[in-house]
Amino acid sequence: MEKTIAGKAVAVNEEGYLTNFAQWEPRVGSEIAKEANIDLSPRHWEVINYLQGEFKNESPLSIRKIGKSGVVDIKEFYQLFPNAPLKTSSKIAGIPKPASCI
Amino acid sequence: MNEFNGEIKKMMIILSKATLENVYAAFVLANGARMEGIEAEMFFTFFGLEAIHKKKLEHLHVATVGNPAMHMPTMLGGLPGMEALATSMMKKEMEKIDMPDIHEFLDILKASGVRLWACKLAMEMFHYKKEDMYDDIDDIITVGDFYKQGSGLGTHMLFI
Repeated sequence: MEKTIAGKAVAVNEEGYLTNFAQWEPRVGSEIAKEANIDLSPRHWEVINYLQGEFKNESPLSIRKIGKSGVVDIKEFYQLFPNAPLKTSSKIAGIPKPASCI
Repeated sequence: MNEFNGEIKKMMIILSKATLENVYAAFVLANGARMEGIEAEMFFTFFGLEAIHKKKLEHLHVATVGNPAMHMPTMLGGLPGMEALATSMMKKEMEKIDMPDIHEFLDILKASGVRLWACKLAMEMFHYKKEDMYDDIDDIITVGDFYKQGSGLGTHMLFI
């Protein structure tokens, strides 16, 4: 379905994840973050850039992998995105919900 | 204001066994809860204490006897080396699916905000001391303390 986020029409699924990454823009990410009560700091953006890079490499994401990324450790990841960090950060990054159990 | 729609807010997971498959099940459930924004606490009791015992946690085994899902005759499962073989096979499979080992998994749980409690009664029974256990356990507590931790709407308890 279509949704207007930060003035831009984007395709999203029923959970609000963008279904076409090409439609993502930083302002769309900021707006999704705002809905999750997160003000994006430069640290948030570093993590989001990393997630998008992994998505482009078709490399599946997990909490363990985040911890080994060298970008952020698991503790800080939970501090940056306190509620369901992997899901929330993926939504902000405009990439699909990770299907990982770990 | 006090609206409660039945969602799960907190998982209280009691681990009473030290077989690898049970320990992993408990860890995956606790970590999975945190990944969904659900609080999680673990209570290690009886043999479950081995999962947080520094010297034992590296040597947990899969059960080959009394485990029908192994599809192995019980007599065969009891032969020397069988458990070690099954365990090393399982560990190889787990590495393939990016499953951390027990120690790393504890680190992940801790960093994710899972609280780890050791059962006071079982600690005394096995003559374990706090320094024998994984460094980052929260505390050694009683059953009553653990129940108190679980108070509030939306708490679920799970015994493994």
